[in-house]
Amino acid sequence: MSVIIILIIISVLVAIFFLVVFIWAVKTGQFDDTYSPSVRMLFDDKKPANRSDRLTKSTEDQKNTDDEKA
Amino acid sequence: MGGKEKAEKIICYHCGDNCDREHIIFDDKDFCCNGCKTVYEILDQNDLCTYYDLEQNPGISLKSKTFDDKYAYLDNEEIAHLILDFKDGNKAKVTFYIPSIHCSSCIWLLENLYKLTDGVDYSRVNFVKKEFSADYNPEVISLRKLVELLVTLGYEPAISLEDSDKKSKNSINRDLYIKIGVAGFAFGNIMLLSFPEYFGFEGLEKSIQRFLSFLNILLSLPVVFYCAVDYYKSAYSGLKQKFINIDVPISLGIIVLFTRSLYEIISMSGPGYLDSLSGLLFFLLVGRWFQNYTYQGLSFERDYKSYFPLAIFKYVEGVLKSIPVNRIEKGDVIRVRNQEIIPSDSILKSDHANIDYSFVTGESSPVAKKIGEYVYAGGRQLGESIKLEVVKPVSQSYLTQLWNNDAFIKEKDISFNILINKISKYFTIAVLVLAVGGFFAWIGKDFKTGLNAFTAVLIVACPCALTLSAPFTLGTAMRIFGKRGFYIKNVNVIERLLKITHIVFDKTGTITYNQTGEVSYEGVEVKAEDFKKIKALAMNSTHPLSRILSESIDQKTDNISMEKYLEVSGAGLQAIVEGDAYKLGNWDFVNTGENNSLEKSDATQIFVSKNAKLLGRFKIENKYREGLKGIIEYLKSRFNISILTGDNKNEEQRLIDLFGNSANYKYKQSPQDKLDYIVRLQEQNENVLMIGDGLNDAGALRQSDIGISVTDDTSSFTPASDAIMTSNSLKQLPDFINFARVSHKIVVVAFIISFLYNILGISFALSGNLTPLVAAILMPLSSISVVVFATTVTNFMARFKKLI
Repeated sequence: MSVIIILIIISVLVAIFFLVVFIWAVKTGQFDDTYSPSVRMLFDDKKPANRSDRLTKSTEDQKNTDDEKA
Repeated sequence: MGGKEKAEKIICYHCGDNCDREHIIFDDKDFCCNGCKTVYEILDQNDLCTYYDLEQNPGISLKSKTFDDKYAYLDNEEIAHLILDFKDGNKAKVTFYIPSIHCSSCIWLLENLYKLTDGVDYSRVNFVKKEFSADYNPEVISLRKLVELLVTLGYEPAISLEDSDKKSKNSINRDLYIKIGVAGFAFGNIMLLSFPEYFGFEGLEKSIQRFLSFLNILLSLPVVFYCAVDYYKSAYSGLKQKFINIDVPISLGIIVLFTRSLYEIISMSGPGYLDSLSGLLFFLLVGRWFQNYTYQGLSFERDYKSYFPLAIFKYVEGVLKSIPVNRIEKGDVIRVRNQEIIPSDSILKSDHANIDYSFVTGESSPVAKKIGEYVYAGGRQLGESIKLEVVKPVSQSYLTQLWNNDAFIKEKDISFNILINKISKYFTIAVLVLAVGGFFAWIGKDFKTGLNAFTAVLIVACPCALTLSAPFTLGTAMRIFGKRGFYIKNVNVIERLLKITHIVFDKTGTITYNQTGEVSYEGVEVKAEDFKKIKALAMNSTHPLSRILSESIDQKTDNISMEKYLEVSGAGLQAIVEGDAYKLGNWDFVNTGENNSLEKSDATQIFVSKNAKLLGRFKIENKYREGLKGIIEYLKSRFNISILTGDNKNEEQRLIDLFGNSANYKYKQSPQDKLDYIVRLQEQNENVLMIGDGLNDAGALRQSDIGISVTDDTSSFTPASDAIMTSNSLKQLPDFINFARVSHKIVVVAFIISFLYNILGISFALSGNLTPLVAAILMPLSSISVVVFATTVTNFMARFKKLI
């Protein structure tokens, strides 16, 4: 029967571990904002096109429209 | 442009506003102004158009928002230091309050700011608090550039004098969360370890039983010495003031529970009540959390500091230099530009100024000032930059002096949970009498049973269910109010709402619309064609009166040619519209020297002339909020009513039509007068509910028993108050007051239920039968049933009263 004592100690230690995790989560402010994380996880991580590519693209676009105007 | 049917409403792709004033088509999309188009362009070029996919028209309207070098002061290290959280070499961290954060698109864009500009490493939005924080590299992007970028996108951070007072950043809630966590942890585990005891396992070895009991003591230590500390403190401070609050029986119960359990376990006479003890605290703390619910995005504490600018430009030897507003001294010469707030009482050094005091006095038409005139702080300059010589430093100005009044020093919420504290005195005394009585009743037969009965009464009478009734009922009511646009600071407001006997309204901006008015024309008969041209002319000005005028004329103004447009600050506008010369403005500006019959009137008016011939005038009167008539009839029958206004008597008749003869009217009231009026009412034992909107009401709002500030938009500034109400909800005020009464009744019923539980428990206790198992069942059962009762009945009643 004394094995139960070890088991109980282990179970309490596991519970304490989760309590510590909870306290850590609160202290690092994870419960401060309960709205944004729920939205944030739904955002698609669309890789932005390379910055330089984009710049040349937009200048090209500009040129095209200028040409059209002319 | 134009040509579209009027019935078809074109809305801006960016912000969702109507495009009737201006209409720009870019990239096959409609925009209402250049600002919106610019934001779209920026986002489009940076591949950030996901912004528009997440929500419909998520943008913030950028109409009439220009900043030029408004944020130049952020280049000043000293001022930047007031705002920054942290700065070290090439790393800096800053947090802004951005009221316009409103949807998930906002979160997405602001957190993707690093894609838009170099130098921003990381940015995060706290949606609940509407806070934006960013880590950035100040060597790559300056604070000013960062702020300007945010403003360009429509997310203008609220930077004000308030930021110079360093506030505590951590929310108090964190502490409570940890306490709930610890109590819940102990509750669960102790209960689990007590199971063998509940079921009375015979076969359990004594050694294991003892081990479990000591483990329970260990687990309960943080509950008794950490989670419950607030209750001891509150009970102690109550007793010190010779006042028995509800925390006294709670603390007594906790201490008795703990010592008796200790005694039982150590003396091996029983298993103790540690499960009930931790359960009790867990429920109590959850109740506290429910009650402490706050609207974090709103601030109920704002004073003039969050309205005033942080920095101002001062002339130092002829050169402009930005300095923190706090450092303005008498004799300084400062510069105030278009749309900036005058921070201190001063004398005008420029020829003309046109100052909008709408927020201070509620009056929407700007006041024209001439050189040498005295200018009060709090006004907003419209038009070109002006030079001012400071007469008084910021904190001693006419307006800001109000905050030195006693009303702002003393704390309003002296007693927390008024009702429960009234009961607690009798409750505690009754419990003590019963406990002692029980003790003496048994002592003749059996001393030990007597002592057991004594402690058992104190344990079982611990008013857990009782303390939970009010928080859960009122907390639910508070959330229901919130859904209806009535945001209260804490649940005490509901209890105070019951006692109101006198309602005081501010006039301008509270019961009238702020940005609009009723326009009537009188004078020579003119054709619709002329009105159309007048509208076209008025549309060019950003002056509030021109705006009201142009909006009141319901005509399309496309394809109207206009030349020689001229706006004279503080006087009027003129232009040649379709070949005819029109003038709009005050009498001196428009006066053509012909007839004078129109001139005399106190009312707000705009004169109009065509080709140097006077046509007539537009009279602009306050427009009272819709639905007001209905609620006033009702309120009049139950409360005394007063109207305070800073204006003169020229609208007296209309007010009397609305409020009747029984109401009290006070005209030309200064902010201090309003405060004093409330004090006088309170001296006559009236409980005053003040409803106001501007800084000029701040003193009265603070002094009154309940101050409610009315606002069109909860993201805009509201003075410190007990509650914030959107102007649309004003017409529901009687419903709110009624519902406060209903929820009070629910609290009383919940009290009765929990008393019944207490009586049941005490009968167990007095007969000496309170076993740990009975306690372990009774405690959570009573708490949970009271909580369930309070929340469901409150929600049901709200539905019944059509509040939700």
